[in-house]
Amino acid sequence: MKRPRPITLTIAALGGQGGGVVTDWLVVAARKAGYFVQATSVPGVAQRTGATIYYLEFFARADAPGTQEPVMALMPNPGDVDIVVASEWMEAGRAINRGLVTKERTTLIASTHRDYTIGEKMALGEGRVSSRELFEIAAATAAKLIGFDMAQVADAAGGRISAVIFGGIAGAGVLPWQLEDYHHAIRESGVGVEASLSAFEAGRQAAVAAQAKPLSASAFAENQGIIDAADYRLEALSRPLRERIQERFPAALHELLGMGAARLSDYQDDAYAALFLHRLERVLAREAAKPAEPKLTAATARALALWMSFEDVMRVAQVKTRRGRAERIRREVRAGPNDLVQVREFVKPRVEEICGTLPVGLGRRILASTHARRWLGRLTAGRRISTSTISGFALLKGIAALRRLRRVTLRFHTENQRIEAWLVQIKQFAPRDYGLAVELAECQTLVKGYGDTHERGWSAFSRISALATRLAGDPQAARRLRELREAALADDSGAQLQRAVSLLPPSHAA
Amino acid sequence: MAERSFAKEVQSLRLSAGAEFEGEGILAVTKALLQSGVGYVGGYQGAPISHLMDVLADASAILSDLGVRFESSASEATAAAMLAASVNYPIRGAVTWKSTVGTNVASDALSNLASAGVIGGALIVLGEDYGEGASIMQERTHAFAMKSQMWLLDPRPNLPCIVQAVEQGFELSEASNSPVMLMLRIRACHVVGRFRAKDNRRPAFTLQQAMDHPSRTFDKIILPPSTYAQERAKVEQRWPAAVKFIRDRKLNEYFGTDNACDVGIVLQGGLYNTVLRALERLGLADVFGATKIPLYVLNVTYPLLPEEFTTFAAGKRAILIIEEGQPEFIEQAASLFFRQADVQTRIVGKGPLPMAGEYTGAVVIAGIRKFLAEFGRLPAADIPLLPAAMLARNVPVRPSGLCTGCPERPLFASMKLLAREMGPMQVSADIGCHSFSTLPPFDLGGTIMGYGLGAAGGASFNVPNPRRALSMMGDGGFWHNGLTSGIGNAVFNRHDGVTIIVDNGYSAATGGQYIPSSSAEIKGRRGRNRIEAAVRGVGVEWVRTIRTYDMKQTMSVLREALLTKFTGPKIVIAEGECQLSRQRRVAPAIKALIGAGRRVVRERFGIDSEVCTGDHSCIRLSGCPSLTVKSNPDPLRRDPVAHVDNSCVGCGVCGEVAHAAVLCPSFYRADVIVNPSTWDRLKARLRSTVIGWLA
Repeated sequence: MKRPRPITLTIAALGGQGGGVVTDWLVVAARKAGYFVQATSVPGVAQRTGATIYYLEFFARADAPGTQEPVMALMPNPGDVDIVVASEWMEAGRAINRGLVTKERTTLIASTHRDYTIGEKMALGEGRVSSRELFEIAAATAAKLIGFDMAQVADAAGGRISAVIFGGIAGAGVLPWQLEDYHHAIRESGVGVEASLSAFEAGRQAAVAAQAKPLSASAFAENQGIIDAADYRLEALSRPLRERIQERFPAALHELLGMGAARLSDYQDDAYAALFLHRLERVLAREAAKPAEPKLTAATARALALWMSFEDVMRVAQVKTRRGRAERIRREVRAGPNDLVQVREFVKPRVEEICGTLPVGLGRRILASTHARRWLGRLTAGRRISTSTISGFALLKGIAALRRLRRVTLRFHTENQRIEAWLVQIKQFAPRDYGLAVELAECQTLVKGYGDTHERGWSAFSRISALATRLAGDPQAARRLRELREAALADDSGAQLQRAVSLLPPSHAA
Repeated sequence: MAERSFAKEVQSLRLSAGAEFEGEGILAVTKALLQSGVGYVGGYQGAPISHLMDVLADASAILSDLGVRFESSASEATAAAMLAASVNYPIRGAVTWKSTVGTNVASDALSNLASAGVIGGALIVLGEDYGEGASIMQERTHAFAMKSQMWLLDPRPNLPCIVQAVEQGFELSEASNSPVMLMLRIRACHVVGRFRAKDNRRPAFTLQQAMDHPSRTFDKIILPPSTYAQERAKVEQRWPAAVKFIRDRKLNEYFGTDNACDVGIVLQGGLYNTVLRALERLGLADVFGATKIPLYVLNVTYPLLPEEFTTFAAGKRAILIIEEGQPEFIEQAASLFFRQADVQTRIVGKGPLPMAGEYTGAVVIAGIRKFLAEFGRLPAADIPLLPAAMLARNVPVRPSGLCTGCPERPLFASMKLLAREMGPMQVSADIGCHSFSTLPPFDLGGTIMGYGLGAAGGASFNVPNPRRALSMMGDGGFWHNGLTSGIGNAVFNRHDGVTIIVDNGYSAATGGQYIPSSSAEIKGRRGRNRIEAAVRGVGVEWVRTIRTYDMKQTMSVLREALLTKFTGPKIVIAEGECQLSRQRRVAPAIKALIGAGRRVVRERFGIDSEVCTGDHSCIRLSGCPSLTVKSNPDPLRRDPVAHVDNSCVGCGVCGEVAHAAVLCPSFYRADVIVNPSTWDRLKARLRSTVIGWLA
């Protein structure tokens, strides 16, 4: 006969997700089902958004002879956990790291959604850990993996994630309890019973469905959302531009160039999009031997489209007054059908941005004069423009219309010069060190944002592009340039970049 | 109202004899106090015994029905000093706090209490904040027991044993005239289980009786020569009395001693379940506690009984002492016992078991296996317990952080922006939610010296210098001791620095308990004592009060404090109600209004993905949980864009940060008007028509 043992369950949750509520429900359900139960937790300060752990053990009363009661553990032991519930995908990873998920016995019930950690969110660019990589590990480690997006299920059911977790435990079918035992626990708690019951049912069904059709790596593909932007596709382009792309560029580039040209046509006009293509034709001419795989042109095209659509005041006004934006915002803030939504914009252009929109000469003169700067500075105190009012919308719409005059502005002039210089450098590198040219093209990613952020990015870019010239000829140049770029993206104080520069061979860093 | 309400659960405190009590460990402790006829209770909140204070506060009606006095003490020192009532009167008293930090604070009173001795049972319930989930430096309470000759209970972590330990603790205290400490580990505090209840007892001797018939004897006073007599009494009378009680009442337990086994395990009671599970997994015990390896379970870890140790060791080649934390006091004592009694049994402890860190299941099973293998009770082959499967690397750490909409966030963002303007600052941090200023994304504050000691921790930095030092303090720490240790000290010593007192209206980090400056009406207590009045009362002349959500004002006041020609302490009171407590107050009210069809404006922030360039400066200045990232919907961009999720409470900090830091124009604020008026609708229709033409 198999010796009786407790069924063990761990919940790895985030503070505020209601892991304690699930625990309470489990305790009540277990008692209803005729089980001894012991539950405990380690909240501590972790209750404030940190990772929390709840642990429960169940033991069938029927398995306890006479008046004997089992001695139950107060913490999960590696190799001794039957069910691990993770209310967030990386928490599943943390449970795996702790050794709680084992091939012999553990059913891992995990939400596939991410609640990014501060470290991931703070990064200057992409800082998110790969969910897909964790999927491979989770699938290989658990006896059974039941994964679904609990946050989404909760959202759709109009309940809380705690009820979905509880439903997921029921749906996993590891605990030999009746559905009624779970329902009883929810009813017993007496708060928001109906909403919890429906979220519970949604979670249960999702867990059942997730067993019928197990999670696959494709669930973790980068899902692209939608933006209000006009159609950024090749098909949306005017005919001459479309034909130019199709005739002069290899097929591998068509989609990308279509997106770039459409973006710039929306940003300025078709002539501007044509300039984009013209610039790229010159890069394409420097491509290495493999025209079917024009890596340099592709990298340059992406970066160039973004750079040429630099964010000036007119662009922001254009985006903020797009058709469809109001509807998108209604959805984002979950306004009910009868609710009204008023939108206020937080815009605070600095003197530099305002001068950027002036004609070159005037803009420069104001920037050079402390007096004029101060006077203009008074006008730039933070503005909250409401795009829901007629005057506010008209103001932004008017500013957006000024983009027709963009080519005479100081900002356009400056960016244009910078773009030209960058392209010249790429074209110079291409024949001698193709990899270096590609890396330099990628460096555009440093120049983004507004105000101080933009200035910081630009100064990192100019420093690195100057170093690129010195690196040219070094067989390791491409790698070194990539490392410099990554260092510039490692923090916003420039300390890492400074360090990376100091590690360059003396001949380069001089 | 605290973060967690026990209004429903405390009803089980009324259960009478025979009824089954179900609930959390600390609730069971409360019930046990009432069953023991306790006369007065006090304490200070802090994990893992915060809930005990919440339970007591929510149970005040039940307590007063029984004639029990409960106080939410100003500090652990206050709570400990309350036990003075048991020195001259046969009244049972109990106090509680987080250990070892609270015990540190209480030490002065505890030493005097232990020296004077008690005639009424004095019980100190300690939440031992050690191991996973702990929020403090890792130390043992054990040392306090040893230095003051207080007895330390560490019962097996199940409800019947904990309840019994409370009851026996009072008896032990009275039998030995010494205070008794009952130590509960984090998980034991939160363990949910059940026990058979007894009737509650009214105190046999009441506080009123004491006040009507005051009693005193000089030998209880902490002055020489009484103090010398008291020290002798400790070792000559109280200690032997305690030993006798522990032995006669069999407070320590033995399991599996019938087995002829040449090895055994000595363990702290609190580790019993972990040890038993380890033996069960090794095939040496069953789940009901029958063990092949003899166990000697120390439900009392101080004092130790030499004869119990030597008896247990009889016929054994070796014993393993499983004692969590350092140094290894029990192991040292056992070595002395065996040496003095010339017992040759080997003592094994730290070695197979680590000197530092929590004794988790994995640690204990590894230690026991090593010990048993060494003495031939298990095959030496090391069977791996962990699968060899590859483990996930790079799982990002998830430190605690400030809640969504927290009022402290704009304060730290302002400080971070000021540091950009004026250069890095010397900041002394404190204990509380604001300790999170030391974590990303703020990284402010170089030291934390203790609760309410932020200003004191900056006391040295008082030399003439153009750049002033800053210190932080919370309102909880301020009332706990910061008013005197920090502010009064700064006035007296003419400190020229700046102290920020974070006034969120509650002892927020411990679960939103009330403090003297809380603005709510609190039954039986007087709140609304203003921090500014207190600060001025100890002689501060330069005081400014700011609303943290107004970052412009916050920055300008902090700038002024750092640059003013005024010499002397500069106090900035940073106000902003704890958002967690505020939402608990406000959210149901708003829901009710909406339900009643009333016009309500709900504020929320959002970000235009197309405007955001994915630099995340906003996140580096805020760190709000609701301000997160999502994949960039723009096919040409790669960096994830910032995104405000639906947990946003519309506190406004995103907008303030965007303005103060001149960040970017991506943010919008949406005012959602629920149940709009006819006028609202008319206006909206007109606007959208015209905007439709313009667009």
